[in-house]
Amino acid sequence: MRFPTRNDAISETSLHQISPVMMRFKGAFLLLAGMGLAILVSFLVHRFHVPGALDFPVDIGNPLTDSIDGAVEWLVINLAWFFDAISDNLKIALGKLRDFLVWVPWPVMVATVLMVGWKVATFKIGLASAVALALIGAVDLWEAAMVTVAIMLVSVAISVIIGLSIGVLASKSDWVDAGIRPILDGMQTMPAFVYLVPGIMFFGLGNVPAVIATVLYSIPPCIRLTNLGIRQVDPSVVEAGRAFGSSRIQLLTKVQIPLAVPTIMAGINQTVMLALAMATIAAMVGAGGLGLEVLRAMGQLEQGDAFVAGVAIVILAIIVDRISQGYITSRRRSTE
Amino acid sequence: MTHMNGARGNGASTPAITVNGLWKVFGKRGEKALAPEYQGIPRAEIQDALDCVVALRDVSFQVAEGETFVVMGLSGSGKSTLVRCIIRLIEPTAGEILIDGQDVLQFDDKTVNEFRRNQVAMVFQHYGLLPHRSVIENAAYGLEVRGVEQSERLDRAAAMLEKVGLSGREYAAPRELSGGMQQRVGLARALTVDPAILLMDEPFSGLDPLIRAQMREELAELQSEMKKTIVFITHDLDEAITVGGRIAIMRDGEIIQLGTPEEIVDSPTDEFVQEFTRGISKTRVLPISRIMEPPCCVASQDDSPKSVMQTMSMSNHSYVFITDENQECVGIATKEQIASCGADQQDSLENIDAHQPQAIPADTSIEKALPLIIGHDFPIPVTNDQGELLGMASQSAILEVIAQSAKDNAQPVEPAPASA
Repeated sequence: MRFPTRNDAISETSLHQISPVMMRFKGAFLLLAGMGLAILVSFLVHRFHVPGALDFPVDIGNPLTDSIDGAVEWLVINLAWFFDAISDNLKIALGKLRDFLVWVPWPVMVATVLMVGWKVATFKIGLASAVALALIGAVDLWEAAMVTVAIMLVSVAISVIIGLSIGVLASKSDWVDAGIRPILDGMQTMPAFVYLVPGIMFFGLGNVPAVIATVLYSIPPCIRLTNLGIRQVDPSVVEAGRAFGSSRIQLLTKVQIPLAVPTIMAGINQTVMLALAMATIAAMVGAGGLGLEVLRAMGQLEQGDAFVAGVAIVILAIIVDRISQGYITSRRRSTE
Repeated sequence: MTHMNGARGNGASTPAITVNGLWKVFGKRGEKALAPEYQGIPRAEIQDALDCVVALRDVSFQVAEGETFVVMGLSGSGKSTLVRCIIRLIEPTAGEILIDGQDVLQFDDKTVNEFRRNQVAMVFQHYGLLPHRSVIENAAYGLEVRGVEQSERLDRAAAMLEKVGLSGREYAAPRELSGGMQQRVGLARALTVDPAILLMDEPFSGLDPLIRAQMREELAELQSEMKKTIVFITHDLDEAITVGGRIAIMRDGEIIQLGTPEEIVDSPTDEFVQEFTRGISKTRVLPISRIMEPPCCVASQDDSPKSVMQTMSMSNHSYVFITDENQECVGIATKEQIASCGADQQDSLENIDAHQPQAIPADTSIEKALPLIIGHDFPIPVTNDQGELLGMASQSAILEVIAQSAKDNAQPVEPAPASA
């Protein structure tokens, strides 16, 4: 009879344990080796001044930018009537709305927010929103806030009209859906500043390019969630709708869109939030409002003013978000 | 057993629905499965070979006007596909469906919608109610898409809701109702458009057994009043027998047996059908005529007690059925009763004090006849439609059938799956 010795145990564990450990770190070893190789090659390139590897051998940048400049110039000259029409109408709408918002006395506005928040969401949300709005007035940013709200409202209105239409089309056609998907992906990965560029190109400085940029920036969630909401409607309900002889339009207006409303509203909520963010950033292309206050205060190194204006933007965002979220929640509760 | 088939055996009139050689193959190369070389090849093998699913395979049947036609099968047997093909919610691959002499499959989109609005209505397993609308708006939906004016459609919906027992709940939201009540809304929605044909896709499968039985009763009641042509889908043979006139049993997209409950329970075509019928008590399906014996001893009312006594003694029977001039059974008498009648010096059996049990019509199911037979110590007369005496049902014959059916059912029975 032979007792198991310590050596037996070791040889067994080493056989059965070390190899899985090796396997587990194999990927990491390869990665490290690859990185080492890349650094070694870079070092060698620098050491021996390999021609064409330190400077890029071709440059197609200039011709590209030149041709874009040319195209934009052509558009601006030849489609001036088109851009002017948009610009003029937007200016009128924005001006009227801003004038109206500023004209409404602040207690009336605060009371309206209280009532809307209460009816649409809860009393708590209504009250908190009203108090927060009054705070903005108390720090003397009322007019600036109303300008921002005007830009936001006009942009959201345009975004929702266009976004709902495209969203419905995308939900009805897989081709449209496949076509707009990469465009929306691209739009949502682009940095916010990039949206200001086309606005300036075609509309110059001021509130109009701000609206254009805001619409472009805020439209993707509205399209996406309209599409998603309609596609996600309970198929058994849609089937019942079809079985009773609904036409396509009837199916859409009586069954699919009403049932997609909570999802569509979530999209509109996101659109509103993005619009508020962009309406602020748009101060860089000459839009007025709270963004301009922040920009001006930072330029003049007035930290206090910049901070207060920044907080006012946050408050505005919270008010809009709470009220629209409250609406979605109550609506969802009533359709499920 | 509740028969809802008003037109059973009414083969002379043109059928309300005729389905001829209907195929549905899901998959890109679906048509290839119709080729003759795949005939008789099991569905699973076709699926492997062509990467497509044969849901309906050369299905043909006819439904008479006013008949309740039941399609029964397990999950994946194609029964739901079949009913959806009739209303074109699923486009069949081949075949024809004739309704009112027109081939539904030739309709263009607009005609299909008109057909759905005016001729058929469907009740769904999962109700398919619009959650954002009240009960009455749901019930009025069919009329709404048809373009009926609001006040009229709400009136008609309210009347139908009352019929299905939902008055008072018109303005409730569907989610506030129990499953059984939601399905009543579904039924009301279908009936409000007053369709000639009612398609019911497992309407009661999602309900509790008690509610299910109750709904079947109510449907039977409504049907006896309305006489719709109904295609009823179920996975439950028990339900099929309760509801239906004729039953088509489907497996792997084919109808493997089509017949009355009696035919299916009595002579299942193969082991698969037999497996189903095992859970069904034969006494529910078989008519009393199946265990009826010829009456042991029959005497006319005009016979004299003496001669009857003699016949009874000779044939050694203890009971005699007494009939009138129309061959109707007026009573059953024992030897003692005959004897006492004779002792009263009567020369006929007209005034005899005999047993007068309720006669059983020959097409009554054994189960229904049971309470009429048990509790008497003499056999019970069985009569035809005209009330003429056909035979007798004795306690011993009934007990024999029950014992036999209990023996058949003693083998373990697989419970049917909950849904298709």
